[in-house]
Amino acid sequence: MVALLMHAAEQGLVYGIAALGVFISYRILRFPDLTVDGSFVTGAAIASSLVVLQGLDPVVALAVAFAVGSLAGVLTGLLNTRLGITDLLAGVLSMIMLYSINLRIMGRPNISLLRAETITRSIAALFAPLGSAAVLVFLAGIVLFIKLVLDFFFKTEVGLALRATGDNEAMITAQGVNTKTMKVAGLALSNGLVALSGGLVAHYSGFADVGMGIGTIVTGLAAVILGGSLIRSRRVGWMTASVLLGSLIYRIAVMFALRYGYVIGFQASDLKLVTSLLVIVALVVPALRDRLLRRPKPC
Amino acid sequence: MLTLERVRQVFPSGQDLVVALAGIDLVLDRGDFLTVIGSNGAGKTTLLHVIAGNLIPTSGRVLIDGEDVTATPAHRRARRIGRIVQDPLSGTAPTMTIAENLALASKRSKRSLAVALTRRRRREFAEVLRPLGMGLERRLDDPAFLLSGGERQALTVTMATLARPDILLLDEHTAALDPANARRIAELTEAFVERTGLTTLMVTHNMEQAIALGNRLVMMHKGEIVLELGGERKRSTKVPELVSLFSHRHIADDELLLETAP
Repeated sequence: MVALLMHAAEQGLVYGIAALGVFISYRILRFPDLTVDGSFVTGAAIASSLVVLQGLDPVVALAVAFAVGSLAGVLTGLLNTRLGITDLLAGVLSMIMLYSINLRIMGRPNISLLRAETITRSIAALFAPLGSAAVLVFLAGIVLFIKLVLDFFFKTEVGLALRATGDNEAMITAQGVNTKTMKVAGLALSNGLVALSGGLVAHYSGFADVGMGIGTIVTGLAAVILGGSLIRSRRVGWMTASVLLGSLIYRIAVMFALRYGYVIGFQASDLKLVTSLLVIVALVVPALRDRLLRRPKPC
Repeated sequence: MLTLERVRQVFPSGQDLVVALAGIDLVLDRGDFLTVIGSNGAGKTTLLHVIAGNLIPTSGRVLIDGEDVTATPAHRRARRIGRIVQDPLSGTAPTMTIAENLALASKRSKRSLAVALTRRRRREFAEVLRPLGMGLERRLDDPAFLLSGGERQALTVTMATLARPDILLLDEHTAALDPANARRIAELTEAFVERTGLTTLMVTHNMEQAIALGNRLVMMHKGEIVLELGGERKRSTKVPELVSLFSHRHIADDELLLETAP
C-alpha cells in the first residue's frame, strides 16, 4: 500500500509539471490550449530519442525537450495572434502537426528506455542511501523548484503583464504591453513545462509512445480545477500549490480506481471517460450552485 | 501636440458604408483641454479610438508632436496616451490586486524580470491613494473586482496619473457613476489635469460639464465638427444657448436635450 501511494505521489508530481503548464494557459492567459496533447509527446519523444539514439546525457535531453516544447507553444501563439486563427483551432492544428513531427523525432511509434540511462536511474544511483524514496524526493525537489520559479516570475514586471493579458487585455494594451507577444511567451512557457513533464514521464515509466499525450489537457484541467476548488486563493503562490495538490489527489484517486475499481466493473480503459466526466462536473457545479443559491431579491 | 489631418473613418455595414468620421481636422496645443459633445453616432468615440490607435483611419493622418503615428499600434502609443472610458471595469485588471494594478500602470520603460512590488513602491502607492479619502491605501492587497464602480474609476484615474502620459483621453468616464461619485471623479480628473498641464480630450454628454471644463469645446455631428468655441466665447456660453446652437444647426437629438434638464 505504501509503495502504491508512493508511486501515485511520484506520478502526481511528474504530471503536476504538465498541470502547471495547463494552469498557465487556461487560468493565467485564459487560452484553452490543446497543443499540450502534442507537446507532451514531443517532450517524451525528444527526451527518449536523444538518450537512446544519440546517447546524450538525460539532463541535456530533458532541457532540449523543454526548449522544443516551448517552440510548439510559440507555433500555436503565432497561429492565433499573427494569423488570426481562433485559440481552440490554433491548438488543434498544432497538436495534429505535432503528431507527425513526434513520429519523425522517434522514427517509430514507440521507444523503450528499459536499457537506457534515464534520469530516474541516475538519480536512484546517485542518491542510493535514500533507497526507494530517492526518486520521490528528487521529483519533489524539481517540482518545488519549478513552482518557486513560477511564483517569482509572476511577481515580476513581465509576470504581472502576462497575468494582466489574461485578465483585461484592453487595459494592459493601454499600459503599453504588446499582448500578442505576451500570449506567445506564455504559451511557450506553458508548453515547455508540458514537454518537460512528458520527458520525465517517459524516463520514469521507461518508454515513449506516440499516443501517450491523449487527454493531457483534460488531466491537466482536472488537476487545475480540483486543486482550485480545494484552495480558493488568488495569490499566485497558493494557486500553483493548488495545482500540484490537485495533481497529487487526482493521481491517488486514479490509483484507487485502477486498484479497486474492478468491484464496480471499472476498467483501465474507462479512465479518460471518467476523468472527462469529472472535469465536466467540476466545471458545471459552480455555475449550478450559483443559480440554485440565488435568493429572490427582498422587496 | 496632437494634430488630426482630414481623418476619415468608414465602416462597412452590410452592403452600405457608414461614415463615422468625415474628414476631421483638429489641432491641440500642449495644455489644451478640449471637451467634445455630440449626439449618439456623431463619431466621438471613434475619434478617440483613432487617436489611441485602436483604429487605423481609412484615410488622413494622426500626428503627435509632429510624428506621424497613424499606423502605430495602440500599445506603442500607450506611453504617451492615457485613456479612461465609461465602464469602470475596463480600466483595471479585476483579479489582480490594487497594488499590482498600480504597478502595471507606473511602469513606463521596458518591463524587466525585476520584482514589481517592492516594499518601497507599496508605500509610494499607499501615499498616492491616501488623498482619495476612500481608504484604498489600506486595501492594497484586495483584488480590483471587490471595489465599487466609483472606487475602481478612482483607481483608474490614479493609474493614469502614475503613468504620466502627454495626452489624456476621457470617454464619458463619469457617466456610469452615481452623481456623488461622478462629481468626485470629475474633480479628481480636473485636479490632475490642472496639476500636470496635460493635453486633454474629453467626450461628455453633460453640457454643463462641457462648458465648465477645459478651454475649448467642439460639437460633432455625423462625423464632422459642426461648431467650435474657445476662450472667452466658451466661458460666456450658457447651457440653453448651447442647446439652441444645437437646434439652430437642425440637430434634433432628444437624448442630448434631456441631459440638459436639471
